[in-house]
Amino acid sequence: MRIIPLKNDSQELRLFESRILVAAILGVLLVLGLLTRLGYLQILKHHYYATLAQDNRVSPVPIAPARGLILDRNGVVLADDFPVFTLQVTPDRVPNMNRLLAKLKPLVALNAQDIREFHRRLAQHKPFQSVTLRAHLSEAEAARVAVNLTRLTGATLHAQLRRYYPLGGLATAAIGYVSRITQTELHGHNADRYVGYRDIGQMGIEKSYQKELMGRIGYKDVEMDARGRAVKVLGRILPHAGHNLYLNIDAQMQAIGEQMLNNRPGTVVALNPRTGAVLTFISSPIYDPNPFVEGIRENAYRALATNPDGPLDNRALNGLYPPGSTIKPFYAYAALQTRWFHPHKHITCPGYYHLPHSAHLFHCWKPLGMGRVDLKDAIEQSCDVYFYRLAFKQGINRMTRYLTDFGFGHRTGIDLPGEYRGLVPTKAWIKASGQPWYPGQTVITGIGQGPLLVTPLQLADAVAAIANHGIRMRPEVVRAIVNPVTHHVRFRKPHAYPAVPRRRKNSLKRLIGDMAQVVEGPHGTARGIAYGLPYKVAGKTGTAQLWSAAPGFKGKHIRSDALFIAFAPVSHPRIAIAVVVEHAGFGALAAAPIARALMNFYLLGHVHARPQNQLRPLVAQARIRP
Amino acid sequence: MTLFERWHIDKPLFSALAVLAVISLVVLYSASGESISFALSDAVRLVIGFGVMIAVAQIPPETYRRWSVPAFAVGVLGLAAVLAIGVVRFGARRWIALGPLSIQPSEFMKLLVPMALSWFFSRSHLPPRLGRIIAAVLILLIPVLLIAKEPDLGTALIVMLSGIIVLFLAGIGWRTILIVLMMGAAAAPVLWAHMHHYQRQRIYILFHPQADPLGAGYHAIQAMIAVGSGGLFGQGWLNSSQAHLHFLPDSTTDFAFAVFCQEFGLIGNLALLSLYLFIVYRGLRIAFSAQDSYSRLLAGSLSILFFFDVFINMGMVAGILPVVGVPLPLLSYGGTSLIIIMAGLGVLMSIHSHRRLVN
Repeated sequence: MRIIPLKNDSQELRLFESRILVAAILGVLLVLGLLTRLGYLQILKHHYYATLAQDNRVSPVPIAPARGLILDRNGVVLADDFPVFTLQVTPDRVPNMNRLLAKLKPLVALNAQDIREFHRRLAQHKPFQSVTLRAHLSEAEAARVAVNLTRLTGATLHAQLRRYYPLGGLATAAIGYVSRITQTELHGHNADRYVGYRDIGQMGIEKSYQKELMGRIGYKDVEMDARGRAVKVLGRILPHAGHNLYLNIDAQMQAIGEQMLNNRPGTVVALNPRTGAVLTFISSPIYDPNPFVEGIRENAYRALATNPDGPLDNRALNGLYPPGSTIKPFYAYAALQTRWFHPHKHITCPGYYHLPHSAHLFHCWKPLGMGRVDLKDAIEQSCDVYFYRLAFKQGINRMTRYLTDFGFGHRTGIDLPGEYRGLVPTKAWIKASGQPWYPGQTVITGIGQGPLLVTPLQLADAVAAIANHGIRMRPEVVRAIVNPVTHHVRFRKPHAYPAVPRRRKNSLKRLIGDMAQVVEGPHGTARGIAYGLPYKVAGKTGTAQLWSAAPGFKGKHIRSDALFIAFAPVSHPRIAIAVVVEHAGFGALAAAPIARALMNFYLLGHVHARPQNQLRPLVAQARIRP
Repeated sequence: MTLFERWHIDKPLFSALAVLAVISLVVLYSASGESISFALSDAVRLVIGFGVMIAVAQIPPETYRRWSVPAFAVGVLGLAAVLAIGVVRFGARRWIALGPLSIQPSEFMKLLVPMALSWFFSRSHLPPRLGRIIAAVLILLIPVLLIAKEPDLGTALIVMLSGIIVLFLAGIGWRTILIVLMMGAAAAPVLWAHMHHYQRQRIYILFHPQADPLGAGYHAIQAMIAVGSGGLFGQGWLNSSQAHLHFLPDSTTDFAFAVFCQEFGLIGNLALLSLYLFIVYRGLRIAFSAQDSYSRLLAGSLSILFFFDVFINMGMVAGILPVVGVPLPLLSYGGTSLIIIMAGLGVLMSIHSHRRLVN
């Protein structure tokens, strides 16, 4: 070993020691700085960073509940949920894509188009994201894939519940439909409630009972890695299925009405006068709501929207019709409450009417007149001159006051969204319109023309009030709300509006008797439906001449709509009905037979007008739920 | 003569390193997503590292002294070769391909620079005169500039740091140090202007990690989340969600300490830091007892450099230093850096065990 020449070693050592001392002090300061930082992060900010780490780690994934079913009064399913299967592939889990596709080919139908689309989507997605290979698998295909899933590494089967209306367009006007939640709905007031939902009720019962039908969303806490791939499920809160709704509507009766209207523009509303239960709610032509669930194609939608018959218009709820002669019983009722009106007093109908000091003639529908008529004859034969005179004598204010009491000009309060008010020329309305009111307008309002518009639902509800001792009920589409788990049934309580004022004891009975003459009287305008009826019907026909284009009426400018209102049996009314058939001319011919068929079905259980076996297919395809 | 003495192994140093090796296995097993094969390859790497250390310890420091200059020259040639025929990876030319191996000559400089400068200063009386200091700085600048050219600013700075440590320990005057510091401060804006965009961004991100949470700030933020969520006692072994769910990048290499922080908390950090500080302390003790100025300077500078390796990595993970690719000695998975560190520790052991017993 070579000896190193000794330098001044002790001096160098002292120098080295002092330098190490300085370095040590520096080092201690650095370590203290580091420890301060670590203490700051791990003690003071621990909670903050622990939350961030948790946010990194766990994402809540919503589990959508099954939407409540909608069933008719007998348990026929009108709106159902059925599983839609989607076959998805996660590329980075697939060892060999071509082999996987080859294995899938015998299991599901895959055409060249599907495969091309799949490869296009593959290119757009990251390898750890699952890509749809085929949507809407049939149940058999889904079952075949499910059985072989262990052999098909990388392929997954997703089931999703989709709304389905098994009877197609049946009662769409009442049921409505669901469709995808739009961005505006998602960012609306109750946005939080809809997180995780795909569909939302857009119309009808689906909309007004959205809260009951939607149930409660469930969640699973999923551990996600940095690439957003689920690693494992940490916990879950199960969803609560939506409540099932039983409607007052009778699907078969509804189908009879729809078949009889046969897609002619028109509407039928039938109520139980004692409870307001909506037995039938038809707006014709009907349309299938199922395409709306997945999002209807643009050209299909345009075809519906531009159809001159306006299938998308809800005529029962929003159709504004001049009531024509069907309004006459309500004026008669108003007159019957006075001391000066004598129903037995005859007047002469010469076929026309003119106001005092005026040369303008108001014609009767019978050009040569009806001769001597009292109230009974005037209702039975729908004498216009009688009601011209009565209107002039009562004055517009008295008339509209009673119309308002019968619910015209106001929403009926039915449990459907978007109901129209109609139009009654009340004092306030006349004042607001800014136009002077002429006696001639009073006269034509007396036969249901003029600025008077009613919805078929209002007509039905008003005639039901006549049947129900002057007490109008709020129409109810939904009969009961049933919790699918506890089977707890919540019935909707009938709601009565204040009774229509009655100052003369027998006035209502007399009016009903006169209305019965419309069907059974020798000159009754609806005597055509009387044949063979085992029960008594009170009704009133109407023919409304259209002189203004109300919303929804397209194309034909001048036409006559056929109307018929009725209830039966007269002694203990169980059904009240309003029928409108557009462009059909005389009310008794087009509208009354439909009413008769529905009343027959409801009261007797069968329809004379049409053999019952024609209705069998409907029941066969419907699934009955207890 | 015990077994340790016969093999020239310093028992306290070896024990501390053995504990660190076990910690490395434990942490990397977790950080790799509980991969046995990864842990095995870590074990192999550690065994090789310990082998290198023991082998280096067998050679007396006198030999190192004699070979310091030739080794340094070979190292500088290697750096030149990198620039000429090096392999480009990740946008930088840092490697030389030697058959299946690829070596990074700049890493070796962390050892060769202290050796060469220690040799240079040990030849004269200390403290050195100004002429010698300037000559030493010039010697130091050759590898530093070559490495900075690759570009590998992180390693260049560490190599420079290793040289500065030797200069400092050799006893350059305080006035000189003051002047150099002031010159450095004056040169900082010029340096800033010559830095690459990504280098500037790393420094910027240090102060504003939220400026680019998914880009330049991602590493820093995710590391801080890992550290902070560890808390006082940690989430427990194998519970580092940041590593297991791949939020933390480089969780087995540069950011292994972040995994350790999340799993073992502040208490674990204190223990780990104590272990490292003990190794530094032991290195300095060896330096004090060294018998010539070459050994003393070398042992002292290697110990302090070891401290800086630890501090820079931990400081980076804790977010007080910019994100530079400096691994944590022993704990981080990485071959070359471990071998260099272990060789340095082997030199320390050699210095300690080859003392002349008479004084």
